[in-house]
Amino acid sequence: MALPAPAIMVLEDGRTFRGESFGAEGETFGEAVFSTGMSGYQETLTDPSYHRQVVVMTAPHVGNTGMNDEDPESSRIWVSGYVVRDPSRVPSSWRSVRGLDEALRDQGVVGISGVDTRALTRHLRERGAMRVGISTTETDPERLLARVRESGEMEGANLSEAVTTRESYVVPAQGERRFTVAAIDLGIKANTPRMMSERGMEVHVLPATASLDEVLAVEPDGLFFSNGPGDPAATTAQVELLQGALRAGLPYFGICFGNQLFGRALGFGTYKLKYGHRGINQPVMDRTTGKVEVTAHNHGFAVDAPLESSTTTEFGEATVSHVCLNDDVVEGLELRDADGRLTSFSVQYHPEAAAGPHDAAYLFDRFADLMGGGLEARSARTSTTGKTGA
Amino acid sequence: MPKRTDIQSVLVIGSGPIIIGQACEFDYSGTQACRVLREEGLRVILVNSNPATIMTDPEFADATYVEPITPEYVEKVIAHERPDALLATLGGQTALNCAMALDRAGVLEKYGVELIGASIEAIERGENRQQFKKIVEQLGGESARSTICHSMDDLLAAADDLGYPMVVRPSFTMGGTGSGIAYDEADLRRIGGAGLAASPTTEVLLEESILGWKEYELEVMRDRMDNSVIVCSIENLDPMGVHTGDSITVAPAMTLTDREYQKMRDLAIGIIRAVGVDTGGCNIQYAVNPADGRLIVIEMNPRVSRSSALASKATGFPIAKIAAKVAIGYTLDEIRNDITQETPASFEPTLDYVVVKVPRFAFEKFPEADPTLTTHMKSVGEAMAIGRNFTEALQKALRSLESKHAPFDWHKEFVELDKDALLAEVATPHDGRLKKVMDAIRAGATPEEIHDATKIDPWFVDQLALINEVAVELIDAVELTPGLLRTAKRHGFSDEQIGKIRGLSADVVRGVRHALGIRPVYKTVDTCAAEFAAQTPYHYSSYDEETEVQPRAEGKEAVIILGSGPNRIGQGIEFDYSCVHASLALAEAGYETIMVNCNPETVSTDYDTSDRLYFEPLTLEDVLEIVHAEQLAGPVAGVVCQLGGQTPLGLAQGLADAGVPIVGTTPESIHLAEERGAFGRVLADAGLPAPKHGTATSYPQAQRIAHEIGYPVLVRPSYVLGGRGMEIVYDDGALEAYLEKYVANGLINERQPVLVDRFLDDAVEIDVDALFDGEELFLGGVMEHIEEAGIHSGDSSCALPPITLGREEVERIRRSTEAIARGLGVRGLLNIQFALASDVLYVLEANPRASRTVPFVSKATATPLAKAAARVMLGESIAELRTAGVLPAEGDGGHLPDGSPIAVKEAVMPFDRFKTADGRTVDALLGPEMRSTGEVMGFDSVFGTAFAKAQAAAYGSLPLSGRVFVSVANRDKRHMIFPVKQIADMGFEILATAGTAEVLRRNGVEATVVRKHSEGEGPDGEPTIVGRIWAREVDLVINTPHGSTSGGSPRADGYDIRTAAVSTDIPCITTIQGLGAAVQGLEAMRRGQIGVRSLQDWAALGAAAREGRDG
Repeated sequence: MALPAPAIMVLEDGRTFRGESFGAEGETFGEAVFSTGMSGYQETLTDPSYHRQVVVMTAPHVGNTGMNDEDPESSRIWVSGYVVRDPSRVPSSWRSVRGLDEALRDQGVVGISGVDTRALTRHLRERGAMRVGISTTETDPERLLARVRESGEMEGANLSEAVTTRESYVVPAQGERRFTVAAIDLGIKANTPRMMSERGMEVHVLPATASLDEVLAVEPDGLFFSNGPGDPAATTAQVELLQGALRAGLPYFGICFGNQLFGRALGFGTYKLKYGHRGINQPVMDRTTGKVEVTAHNHGFAVDAPLESSTTTEFGEATVSHVCLNDDVVEGLELRDADGRLTSFSVQYHPEAAAGPHDAAYLFDRFADLMGGGLEARSARTSTTGKTGA
Repeated sequence: MPKRTDIQSVLVIGSGPIIIGQACEFDYSGTQACRVLREEGLRVILVNSNPATIMTDPEFADATYVEPITPEYVEKVIAHERPDALLATLGGQTALNCAMALDRAGVLEKYGVELIGASIEAIERGENRQQFKKIVEQLGGESARSTICHSMDDLLAAADDLGYPMVVRPSFTMGGTGSGIAYDEADLRRIGGAGLAASPTTEVLLEESILGWKEYELEVMRDRMDNSVIVCSIENLDPMGVHTGDSITVAPAMTLTDREYQKMRDLAIGIIRAVGVDTGGCNIQYAVNPADGRLIVIEMNPRVSRSSALASKATGFPIAKIAAKVAIGYTLDEIRNDITQETPASFEPTLDYVVVKVPRFAFEKFPEADPTLTTHMKSVGEAMAIGRNFTEALQKALRSLESKHAPFDWHKEFVELDKDALLAEVATPHDGRLKKVMDAIRAGATPEEIHDATKIDPWFVDQLALINEVAVELIDAVELTPGLLRTAKRHGFSDEQIGKIRGLSADVVRGVRHALGIRPVYKTVDTCAAEFAAQTPYHYSSYDEETEVQPRAEGKEAVIILGSGPNRIGQGIEFDYSCVHASLALAEAGYETIMVNCNPETVSTDYDTSDRLYFEPLTLEDVLEIVHAEQLAGPVAGVVCQLGGQTPLGLAQGLADAGVPIVGTTPESIHLAEERGAFGRVLADAGLPAPKHGTATSYPQAQRIAHEIGYPVLVRPSYVLGGRGMEIVYDDGALEAYLEKYVANGLINERQPVLVDRFLDDAVEIDVDALFDGEELFLGGVMEHIEEAGIHSGDSSCALPPITLGREEVERIRRSTEAIARGLGVRGLLNIQFALASDVLYVLEANPRASRTVPFVSKATATPLAKAAARVMLGESIAELRTAGVLPAEGDGGHLPDGSPIAVKEAVMPFDRFKTADGRTVDALLGPEMRSTGEVMGFDSVFGTAFAKAQAAAYGSLPLSGRVFVSVANRDKRHMIFPVKQIADMGFEILATAGTAEVLRRNGVEATVVRKHSEGEGPDGEPTIVGRIWAREVDLVINTPHGSTSGGSPRADGYDIRTAAVSTDIPCITTIQGLGAAVQGLEAMRRGQIGVRSLQDWAALGAAAREGRDG
């Protein structure tokens, strides 16, 4: 067995792990976060929300199915560093076109393997997400630590412009076009427009810098804000855009970062979670139906909104519609007009899944209904769609 | 939505005796269910015929019926108890089938009992292949192309359509009974014909072969609000073609992308919903074509299954417990996750470790059986291991099997390995294939060659190659460096494996390792990959960085209990029972209890049975490391080795040598009992007779002894359990063959000589379980075997209290038992086998440990023997336990009050599971080597009724009328006459072969002569007896073997008769004593009404009787 080069990893608080180089050699910094999904590493790696984050995989074996051409969620790997315990030596899947190690090297992503990822995860759980550095060139942890402490913090970071599309583009509707959606790309995953398009939506994906006029120019039936990296509190332009759209009466749907910005637009604050939610096994209750869905999460920040009462805003009555059963974190917001009609909603988690369970796919239908104005008529059925076939 | 308020009492049906395909995982699930339902304030009524289960302990239910699980008996229970609901999804296929039968018979409707968990319709939709296939199709899924057949013509017609090879699956059988792969028409006729016979609906499914595809399982839970979660994904290392129970399986799935996994998940949730399992768990199996990913749904079990037990242990998500809660109305989000205590059960466990399960087989017990693995389950047990990576988990699992042939071994010289031969060998799945795969890799086979031969996924093949690379490094290294040692440990190599490779003893490797500070750490199974803190110390070892063992609470002392490892014939659930009881008793006595075991089917490996659980192999290395870790955590009073059978007993000396305190009987005393010479001196000192005997390590020595004491002799290797290798030998030729065989396979050597005993023909065998504290003896129970000496005690039926022994004989037994206990220095349990011949009480053997019969005795006498034993081992006296109320204030099991019920234990044999290479069932003969997998108890006020119940529980009821075939050996002819006459007087038609018929006629019993098998059909096509049995024209077979038994070759006639009876499910009595008992049973049944009574009611009657006696 050829021994790989050694690598070290140093956390902001000085804790050091030694392992072997995995992926590209070099040095990298970012916010250390752990993801508990057992499948879907390819989707995770290519999810723009992980920009500037060093992702620790709690599943020990990573890379078993290699990398294929169908599963990426964007055109590149976004994580700034990758921490695994036992990387696969061979890919095994009929769809695989290259190995994970090769893909990381090709894209210059520095990783480390062979570390006690569970010890690292427990450390992050107890002490919270923090900055980290991985290096295959530095051998002195103290010197690496100094550089970790100089690296950028996630809190206060506005990263949308780094991940957004430069040019707007259109994902055509599959079958008959029923709706036009203006989707602001704050780090959008490929599966989101795909799921919209499957429901007859023509999706105009616009850069994060799009203005209200640019949004209205596509004559949308609804506005969508995607997931994405960074601190929602550091974002103002898109919040103002959203407020403008709400005033204009445009139905809105947001996912993840789009939920946080919706919260801010409605006047709620946001805060950083100690160590975030990153996994594909999180129980969320849809408080409008009482049903529990198992969902994909990837968020380090959350909306601070009251769980027990609704809040009157200039746009209508805002309510927490979804909540994480593990820790009562706000997982969804909805806005109703004076007649109690739903006008806008958003979720903190990922109904587009990829990776993750498909339990929340109904939210895309809800968006279609919202734009179609026929929500009330369908809502009775929607609450039981899960049960058809029984 | 909270608990339903309209259910006050629930009837739970267990799974009956342990059989292949249905083992103690259902004790685990049933025990959890009973516990949960009682916690919820419901009245729990339980029916289970298996006395070795924890669930049948009286404290686990309000009314415990140790009665046969047949519709007739369960109806009696329902009539008496009038439960509101019936929960049948936790007792395996047995419980499910019983519930279906009760429903069909209108019993549930008659008594207004609601079936909860899964409705009849859901069970039918899940199990009926046509309906199920339609459901899968409607969900957009695919099933294998198939055809349902109800006759041989259907089968042959379908074959033209589907093409060979094809899979044959009978409907409504458990553990894949009767299924197989047909490569040609002859196979189809044989397997399909048997399948039609095995299916209660005469239904067989033929389907396209998906041999070699990847195989997966998902465990799903659903509540009545339609919330569904996937508890666990399991991937089989052995591709399609091997029954999942016989496959090496891995959790979580290792080679699926998220897309493919989510497709399976969507289908699973769609299926559980469409089938309509509204409240509970089910298991769904899939196959994936490795070439293009085509996904096929194979089948579902609309109930808790063996895989559910594995999934529960693998994830920490207690499926049975939660299934019981959702069955009574809770929703998943209302149920707390016990492990985190802060999150709900409506989530999906995520693992940061790898779990590997490996099957354990018993082909050595059935040398005639074909060891090829097929879709028909043949394994008798399994071991599970957890590691931080696959290589670690796999190697731990292999050593957990406790077979020296199981772990990989690089000892073999390279030149011995013939790559092509090995590749040919691994193309057919069989026990031990993986080791051959490793040899092939070592012989230079490329990953492609391995995959082509075995269809094992390339990822797994690479993992095996990785293990081999580490081994080669160990072989080649000039020096065993710390880095190399650490790498080897990280990939699961044991000290023993490393030692073998480096030419060192395991002790030396351990010494080096400890000197370098290379020790395992202990991680926690927490359901959430460390996202939340775990409150439950459920640990596994890994060579990683950080340990999670917490310091012990101030003032607490720990006791480590070693479990019994994978189930095998001779060591099964009975030992787990004792370990669990010890844990409960010691927790009550104020100790912190720590369980070590590697069997996922058991109650002992439930995370809430003991204060701490280590899911680890039971080897000296692994146990020493646990002891070390726990000693760092706080004081350890000692290790209990006496309760888990031979496995922990075998570790006692090594642990003691390493300075670990052993509680209870010392290793020296254990050795005293095992070593023949030393034991002989103990007997001589006490003035007790033993059959003449000697020990030998070679044929000439053995022959000399045999001639001295006279044939027949009983021969067996020392230090074995379950009569492994035990045979009765009638002449020199057989003796020589015996020694040749066992010296060659290493069971007999200088350290483990063969024991040669005089065989006591016509003796009554007696089994005793007793407790000794150094001063006082507590006789737990005296069991009288129904079969004559020479049949292994585990396979023999027995009665307690003894039915033909007088008070004087029991007193002799008591005196002898006490003398042996004192002589050996027993502290705790002791099991002795006696033989009473010509009024001499011979001591056959003594085992200073918990025996297989401890749970039976405990239940029959309402005394918690194992609990008492655990406390005696830690220093309490029997007198103190009497005062504390653990043991009765006075008297013991040797002296039961008048009017005590009679308990009959009957063994359940697995003959129908094993076929010879040419497709015939193996011989159904009892002998000195134990071959039963399980047991049942019949309990009633008189022997005949108790025996009839035991028969009904084990094999289905004895017939009340019809034809009885009799053919007995010459030596049995005299004893046969009276019972056969009684049977004839009851109105049965007697069939007999010419010789037997003549004897019967002379004694006034009319018998119809039938042709022997060897005579062939008559000139006018008159059938032979074997033909008539196959034609189901016979209702009871009485056939005793002639001459020698399992060691020699039984007469061909007998073999064909018995296998025909076993194959057609016709009761078959093979001993003359069994015949006598059966007659009593038949009489009891014919007298009419056999009632049912709960253990609690029996105990109340007993208490009343004692008061009456005192008053």
